[in-house]
Amino acid sequence: MTGAAKTSEARVVRRRITNIAFQAFCILVTAIALIALAAILWSLLTQGIGGLDLAVFTLSTPAPGSPGGLANAIVGSIMMCVLAMIIAVVMGILAGTWLAEYAGGSRYGSVVRFINDVLLSAPSILVGLFVYTLLVAPFRGFSGLAGAVALALIAIPVITRTTEDVLSLQPKTLREAGVALGAPYSFVIRTVLWRSAGAGMITGGLLAFARISGETAPLLFTALNNQFFSVDLTKPTANLPVVIFQYALSAYDDWRRLAWAGALLIAAAVLGVTILARAVAKEPSRS
Amino acid sequence: MNTMKAENLDVSIAPIPADLTKIAVKNLDFFYDKTKTLKSVSVAFARNQVTALIGPSGCGKSTLLRTLNRMYALYPGQRAEGEILMDGENLLSPRMDLAKLRSRIGMVFQKPTPFPMSVYDNVAFGVRLYENLSKSEMDERVEESLRRAALWDEVKDKLHASGLGLSGGQQQRLCVARGVAVRPEVLLLDEPTSALDPISSARLEETVSQLKTDHTIVIVTHNLGQAARISDYTGFMYLGEMVEFGPTDQIFTRPATPRTSDYITGRFG
Repeated sequence: MTGAAKTSEARVVRRRITNIAFQAFCILVTAIALIALAAILWSLLTQGIGGLDLAVFTLSTPAPGSPGGLANAIVGSIMMCVLAMIIAVVMGILAGTWLAEYAGGSRYGSVVRFINDVLLSAPSILVGLFVYTLLVAPFRGFSGLAGAVALALIAIPVITRTTEDVLSLQPKTLREAGVALGAPYSFVIRTVLWRSAGAGMITGGLLAFARISGETAPLLFTALNNQFFSVDLTKPTANLPVVIFQYALSAYDDWRRLAWAGALLIAAAVLGVTILARAVAKEPSRS
Repeated sequence: MNTMKAENLDVSIAPIPADLTKIAVKNLDFFYDKTKTLKSVSVAFARNQVTALIGPSGCGKSTLLRTLNRMYALYPGQRAEGEILMDGENLLSPRMDLAKLRSRIGMVFQKPTPFPMSVYDNVAFGVRLYENLSKSEMDERVEESLRRAALWDEVKDKLHASGLGLSGGQQQRLCVARGVAVRPEVLLLDEPTSALDPISSARLEETVSQLKTDHTIVIVTHNLGQAARISDYTGFMYLGEMVEFGPTDQIFTRPATPRTSDYITGRFG
């Protein structure tokens, strides 16, 4: 009797210890990840802030030793990212919607889903090479357009996947309720399901944007770089990642300072867009 | 009143006179892939009356309901054979325009399904698909529908707040309002109170009883008391068969078949 009581007491103690240990482990691992993140952001901030001045936004990339900024790279990056996101959002949302709502378990659907998953983890340099052979080599010239297409190809699988995932999470009865009112299925998708899944779909778009805004490899083969200010996307186009890549590896202090400033700008842009989109996509208040 | 089928003493289906019939189901079989879940169901639903379908889980009552607006057609592998005549028109005909059909036969589900939009837009959703109303006409329609669902007084000051912000019972009545707003001839209710508390359930029952002046109502319920309270006719289903169908008071006081009697006295199910 007392033996049995002791055994169960011991079990309770052991379970409590296991519980505490597990919790402590989780906290520790989270802390390690957060410390690494904070360290990155901290060095980015301290090193980058010094290089940020008005000239960064008004002047184009300089020769070593002369005054300059990142204006051409900022504008080039914005143009290519916006164009890439327009392409990727349209294609990704439509593809993800097809997968979630129409493909079901069909063979064709499974193949598309599998290929999309492969693309999701494809090395971005391969995407760059692919677009190089498709849009750069035949036209004998690097271009911002090719850069945008390469970035779009990286963003599409991310958006497709998240769109399919969040649509699949919507309850079956929501679809049936729409259809039961006499609405065609495509209308229910557009007016009810997309709205219901909107926050998740926007998160997917943000993930994709964050992913492409710092991509360097695909741009090396497509947009390349441009020392001068240009808004012509049929020409080589300056962009922040490639400028950072070149300047950070250079031997000139002023170039390295600009590289840090550029890196800080990208991080700030991703953060800003995230906060903005979260605010816009906020779920309707439940009050 | 009861007519026993000569070949099967275990089944008793009361006929409804043709002039009182809204929907006549004839020899309806239903298949989930190769599994037959409805077996030659024949029954009629009377115009402007409430018909309750009762029976243990998996007996096919929800399936029968979902054949009436062909909701099953969303899912490949599900099919129905037989005839469902609404005012003489075969709903199972392949030429039937499903969207149009569903605008004539509304449905409310087990769990509330408010759309992620305002209370007003929820109610107006179906109306906008088929009617081109002016702002004031639409305002009127929305108010009328919410009143008929006994929800108006609770939401009249927050018509433009999200429908997701309402309580469960309010959401379910919103779904009823959304359904009646398109003025369907028939309203199908699939266990509409099973997710609601007793007070909300009572409210919804009251609503349903009032709605029959304009709609033919078919309600699936697990709650025998509810069937007895609000329905005029009751059908008892078991293992995909319609075992007994007749006036509700008769089913609950003098059931004609032993299986019905066992079920309503709680001996099984």
